[in-house]
Amino acid sequence: MKYIREDKGMTLIVKSVTRLTLGFILLYGIYITLNGHAGPGGGFAGGVIVALSFVHIMLAFGKEVALKRLRAWLLRVSIGIAALIFLYVAVIRSSFVSCPVFSTEVIIPLCEMVIVGGGLFAIFIALVLLSKGDKDAE
Amino acid sequence: MISLLLIIPLSSAFLIPIIGKRIKWTGGAISSLAAFALAANSFVIISNLMKYKTLLYKFGAFPPPAGISLIVDGLSVFLLITVNVVAFLIALFSMDYMKQYTDRWKFYTLFMFMLAGVNGVLIAGDIFNLYVFLEVAAIAGYFLVGFGVRDEELEAAFKYAVMGSVASIFILLGIGLLYSYTSTLNMAEMARILPQTGTSSLVTFVSVLFLMGFGLKAALVPFHSWLPYAHSQAPAPISAMLSGVSIKVLGIYALARIFFNVLGMTPAVCFILIALAVLSMVAGSIMAFGQSDIKRLFAYSSISQIGYIALGLGIGTPLAISGALFHLFNHSIFKSLLFLNSGSIEYAAGTRDLNRIRNVIREDPVTGYTNLIGSLSICGVPPLGGFWSKLIIILACIQANHPILAFVAAVVSMLTLAYYFKALTPALFGTHATAGIKASGRKISFAMAAPMVILAILVVISGMMLLPNPGRELLKGAANVLQNGRNYGK
Repeated sequence: MKYIREDKGMTLIVKSVTRLTLGFILLYGIYITLNGHAGPGGGFAGGVIVALSFVHIMLAFGKEVALKRLRAWLLRVSIGIAALIFLYVAVIRSSFVSCPVFSTEVIIPLCEMVIVGGGLFAIFIALVLLSKGDKDAE
Repeated sequence: MISLLLIIPLSSAFLIPIIGKRIKWTGGAISSLAAFALAANSFVIISNLMKYKTLLYKFGAFPPPAGISLIVDGLSVFLLITVNVVAFLIALFSMDYMKQYTDRWKFYTLFMFMLAGVNGVLIAGDIFNLYVFLEVAAIAGYFLVGFGVRDEELEAAFKYAVMGSVASIFILLGIGLLYSYTSTLNMAEMARILPQTGTSSLVTFVSVLFLMGFGLKAALVPFHSWLPYAHSQAPAPISAMLSGVSIKVLGIYALARIFFNVLGMTPAVCFILIALAVLSMVAGSIMAFGQSDIKRLFAYSSISQIGYIALGLGIGTPLAISGALFHLFNHSIFKSLLFLNSGSIEYAAGTRDLNRIRNVIREDPVTGYTNLIGSLSICGVPPLGGFWSKLIIILACIQANHPILAFVAAVVSMLTLAYYFKALTPALFGTHATAGIKASGRKISFAMAAPMVILAILVVISGMMLLPNPGRELLKGAANVLQNGRNYGK
């Protein structure tokens, strides 16, 4: 990560640790989503962890870096599409089943992860950025 | 078909954030189209309801007591028609009205969520789903009230959010206690189990919780303090939506559904409902006298008119219930019309202050005359709908041996006439222009005028609901559901 030498954000130690652990946090979130969706709240907990990985970047490197990684419009569009897929699965239950990759068992937890993760990260962006009078965040 | 009532608003609410930000006009177009589809769908549901008495949709095809169900009966369909037609006209109005705001796609998204919540409350056959949809509609409402993000708008939204959350907590506590008592959340099943368990002080306690919670959503008088702020500070289409749709569905409909069909009306509940109703009618109309803000005036008048509806439900005779439902329909139409009028006056004159608005009827005939029709109807001037519904409620009071209530209702009707006369005559006809309506130089467009004209026509012909077919059948079907008491869902 080339931003590690910049003055913004926290100290070098925090940035290095963030850089090392980031992938694992993201991976763990996806793991929880895929593995735990049969249990209670699988997609939700996975989404929270995915959101935390981006919150982690934001805390360590500052908001510019985090928003460069995940643009606000991408967040909005992905939440919208995931919610639409949810609705589509609810309306046409059987059409996904023929192809195993798009079976409801995979698609529902993934959508839930996107919605929860995107939603929580959006709330965090709103709380951190908009309170400082930053109009162009979205 | 029943599920379409949820699919249409939700899918448009999710679609608008994807494309509505880049292509500005799509937000208004999608939401208007969706609201139109909902209204059309409600009419299709009516024609099916003529054949079968109740329509049932099972989630995942699990049968009702265990599975979640959506139920449409006479009462639901009566309100579905009212809500979706009014919401379509409001969506049409907001297409041009909302151009003064930025980030319009957020408005339309929240608007569609609110509509989804309201439709969901009307068709939920399950008391917890009713609560969830109620929260969806209410939370969208909190954000929409503060949409303008000026100080006073945010203050109103915050007040509404705090009061609304308190109401929701009461309702949730009541639902939790009822669930622990009956071990079911399905309303029809609950209505079957409750008489078998005998009387219990827990049911009384739950009744009190529901009266507080839904009374707060309906803005009956001791719980009304959020309403004047929220209704006056929201954007005009949302004021119309809150007053014409939200307080009726989230408050009155939920109250009626739960008390008549699930818990059963006891004399004590009737007495409390009548007491709250009389208090609302009198206090709302007295407080309306001092208002100089046109939207606050309409807001206080909403409180007073909600009192009439609650009075009819509290008396509980067949005639009174029909009167209450008819007044609900009428009030939904003319109060949305009046709030849309206030929006277009504010749009053209740049002010809501009744001391500065003058000569509306000359400068802007469409707004002026539709406002005149709406005001005459709410005051109860004979050929218009408001007269008939108030007459039925007053007659029902006399028939049920409550002459004092009839007297109060008649006096409040006169008070209504008085405060509308006092407030709107100078605004509509007065010629001494201190500010004039053309202050901002904006003229209302066709898309803003058309909904007001359609609503005014509906106000004029709504008395025809009392003619045999199809109006009276619809009204009778709705009233029958409430009279049948605990036979809900059969």
